Amino acid sequence: MRDVLLTTIRGLGFGSVYAMLAVSFVIIYKSSKVISFAQPALMLAGAVLVSYLAGPVGFYLAVPLAAIGIAALGLGLERTTIRPMIGRPVFVVAIITLGLDIAIRVVVNVFIGPDVRNVGDPWGLNTVDVAGLPVQERYIAMVAVLVVVVGALFAFFRYSRYGLAMRAASLDQETAMVQGVSVGAMTALAWAMAGGLAAVAGAFVGAGGGVDQSTWIIALKALPAIIIGGLDSIEGAVVGGLLVGIVESFFASYQGEYLPWLGQNFSLVSPYVLLLVVLLVKPYGLFGTREVERV
Amino acid sequence: MTALENRPVDRPTPAPAKGRRPWGRPAMYTGYGQDMALLNTGAKKVSLGVLLVLVLLLPFVLEDELLRLLATGAVLAIGAIGLNLVTGYAGQVSLGHAFFLGIGAYTAAVVSGETGDEDLYGFGITFLPVWLLAGGAMAALVGLVVAPLASRLRGLYLAIVTLGLVFLGEHVFREWDAVTGGVGVGRPAADPVLFGVDLSRSTDAFSADQQMYLLMMALLVVFALLGRNIARSAIGRSFAAVRDRDIAAEVTGVDVRKAKRLAFVISGFYAGCAGALLYSVSGYLDPSSFGLLVSVQFVAMVLIGGVATISGSIMGAFFIAILPRLTRELPEYLPFLSSSATEFPNVFQVETLLYGLLIVAFLIFEPRGLFGVWVRARNYWKSWPFSY
Repeated sequence: MRDVLLTTIRGLGFGSVYAMLAVSFVIIYKSSKVISFAQPALMLAGAVLVSYLAGPVGFYLAVPLAAIGIAALGLGLERTTIRPMIGRPVFVVAIITLGLDIAIRVVVNVFIGPDVRNVGDPWGLNTVDVAGLPVQERYIAMVAVLVVVVGALFAFFRYSRYGLAMRAASLDQETAMVQGVSVGAMTALAWAMAGGLAAVAGAFVGAGGGVDQSTWIIALKALPAIIIGGLDSIEGAVVGGLLVGIVESFFASYQGEYLPWLGQNFSLVSPYVLLLVVLLVKPYGLFGTREVERV
Repeated sequence: MTALENRPVDRPTPAPAKGRRPWGRPAMYTGYGQDMALLNTGAKKVSLGVLLVLVLLLPFVLEDELLRLLATGAVLAIGAIGLNLVTGYAGQVSLGHAFFLGIGAYTAAVVSGETGDEDLYGFGITFLPVWLLAGGAMAALVGLVVAPLASRLRGLYLAIVTLGLVFLGEHVFREWDAVTGGVGVGRPAADPVLFGVDLSRSTDAFSADQQMYLLMMALLVVFALLGRNIARSAIGRSFAAVRDRDIAAEVTGVDVRKAKRLAFVISGFYAGCAGALLYSVSGYLDPSSFGLLVSVQFVAMVLIGGVATISGSIMGAFFIAILPRLTRELPEYLPFLSSSATEFPNVFQVETLLYGLLIVAFLIFEPRGLFGVWVRARNYWKSWPFSY
């Protein structure tokens, strides 16, 4: 029982990071109808920026600063490469982001170097006693950040003028334009927000273990999360992210014992198995909008 | 009503006999057959002939190292044609090409591998057509299994599922030691033996690289011809219909599910054959060589070469195959670049950066890829000195 609880908590912790990444994918998807394969690079860039800033200004200030920096990068990407592609097939735009991802990661890898870079988080692998369970502090921090970030996002989309405008632009671009919403600015804002979110997630991916050149692959686990949740649903992304985290954590703890024939490190690919299973049952994810087509 | 009935019926002027062009008009089509022909213009016939002669002469001019590069390029071209059939012609975005490539490579390696070793499966059939077709067939079979996903999902959903396949495939390749030899150990790739001659070993007449080059080029011609014929037949047209508007295709009587299934099977077959051949050039096969980057490289080949063109796939594949060699030459001209992997900035970083930037640049500035560049150049000279 104790193990099950600890496994669940670890799953929730990493799941929160996946959820943040998934939300960043969904924000871009809702505004541009494209899955940005550049998110792994932005996440890595954010983590590396935090690792450089944490020394001079401290971790707590470094994270927001990195988020702002990567948000600016996201904004720049949108202006230079995504905006010229408006009206072209989404597949083409998705592949462009794939190209961007490769290019950015080369540059970021130079700053990482061959070794693991510590992001300078205050938690490390320390544990704190919660109701008799030794819970790692970083998991608590991850869940807390997810709650704060997603809460802020919900409030933003629900109550602010810009949030309303973004929702309108996502629902129907032409109608939104007629109502005076600057759709271009909303798309740019979405990319900036997604960049900032990816950077925050990156800082927490690095918490405890640091980042190296292969850390980017973690961001791809958000892909099963968004597909499971449905591409255009932020709630779905959060649920999907947590689900992916928990499934992965349980496979990591118990698969070696009960299903050894699946091989070592099966937990790393278990999100993709979950993805296949969910899609075979519900092709548009758990919360996604069913595509209705008029002929 | 009667007025309408009495109106003379509009009949088209009778066309010249099918298959015969009017005198003095060599470029005029008088039937669909001519338009759809494999080589539908005289210029194509001539240029293809010249190209084939050139390809045959190259092994006697170039160094072995370059021949090996071109042989790899030819194999990549086979794989790229396969991806172009499913993604370019049928419009089903697949990021899973590396997975099919791996299945083909391992099936071929197992079929051709040495018998008697309990830790490493092998059937000892080294005859090339056997393991080549086995690799292709196994990958095609997996394509058939994956295809139902494509008929349920569209666009980016499908892209991500195929991406998931690559990760699952990598995991299986890493763990299934009896087939793959395990990480860091690997296994020998399939032996290209044709009628008792091992083509990967030098003979009296030819060096090993010359033989491999000629073999791969010959296979590329076969696969390209097959691909072109698929593309211009009813199957190819049903692919295009599904890509352009699947609902409209269904209404006009195209079986969408069947078309998608066929696209994945054919693409899988091509990828399987390419995978089987690719590693027989280098002779060695490691489980970690079928990652996402390989899929991205194939997507890059298709996009840089030209979507929904066979000749474009070939151009793109050779371009990507030659790119690393070109970047190796860079330090001579740009002294600040290092050719050592541990220093910064080095040529390997430039190479990866170029993949990324070339994909972006081609998609933004020349969406039709190298094929588009060629068409533009051709059209310019066709009407030269007039602008159109």
